[in-house]
Amino acid sequence: MTTAIHIDRFVDAKGQMCPMPVLTLARAIKELAPGQVLALAATDQGARRDIPAWAERTGNTLLDEREEAGVLTFTIRKTA
Amino acid sequence: MATPTLDRTDLTLPPETERLIRERVDTLAAERLGQLVDERVAAAMRRDPARNTVAIIASKGTLDMAYPPLILASAAAAMGMEVEVFFTFYGLEIIKRGGASHLKVAPIANPAMPVPMPNILGMLPGMTPLATWMMKSRFFAKHNVATLDELLDQCREFGVKLIACQMSMDVMGVAREDLLDGVEIAGAATFLDFASTAHTTLFI
Repeated sequence: MTTAIHIDRFVDAKGQMCPMPVLTLARAIKELAPGQVLALAATDQGARRDIPAWAERTGNTLLDEREEAGVLTFTIRKTA
Repeated sequence: MATPTLDRTDLTLPPETERLIRERVDTLAAERLGQLVDERVAAAMRRDPARNTVAIIASKGTLDMAYPPLILASAAAAMGMEVEVFFTFYGLEIIKRGGASHLKVAPIANPAMPVPMPNILGMLPGMTPLATWMMKSRFFAKHNVATLDELLDQCREFGVKLIACQMSMDVMGVAREDLLDGVEIAGAATFLDFASTAHTTLFI
């Protein structure tokens, strides 16, 4: 069992299609303070690789990614 | 207890041992130095601003071809990259006031269309509006893809620079007032200057 990470903000990007999940995430992360964590839910299958690529590029940390019933959930900590 | 010390002056090595030691040190130093140089170069390349710069030329004015430049531009900007999109020729339609919502796609001579249609049908009056409507609703709206206007808003929100080609404007009789607010006007040299620093340059 992994210890639960406290989520500061939940972003619902379900139903959004590329490039919107990444744009929604970029917009939401601006409102976080460094160190805070947000969780993003998306149904766009492209997000599976897009979100990690975004995190890598922007220097934010992808803490967790999981899929359940077609919904991808990414947990990201704002580092930059 | 006295620790054994190594008195340099007493230490004389046979020439063979000297040579072996020297060779070994050389090999290790070269390896380590090579490693350090690789690390430094990799770090410098990651820091290279060109890696974070995207230059896109949008030259087409059909509904299907307006999407790629805007999707790529907004996604790149959301990833923190510096993006400029240069709209030239038919691409100017995309950044005209009200232009984006009037873009069309013709089924004629477009064998890649999702619903293939023989050209002899495609040329009938009404087929282009039909194909346009089908693409907008079945292709895009049904799958929740943003509209071109929405993508243009996103581009602006994320700081994408939209640039209209001066020459195309002159040739096609497009005035500054015909274009959306916030669009800059420039020529090829200006764009190429920016593109020369961009790691990613796309012609669409």
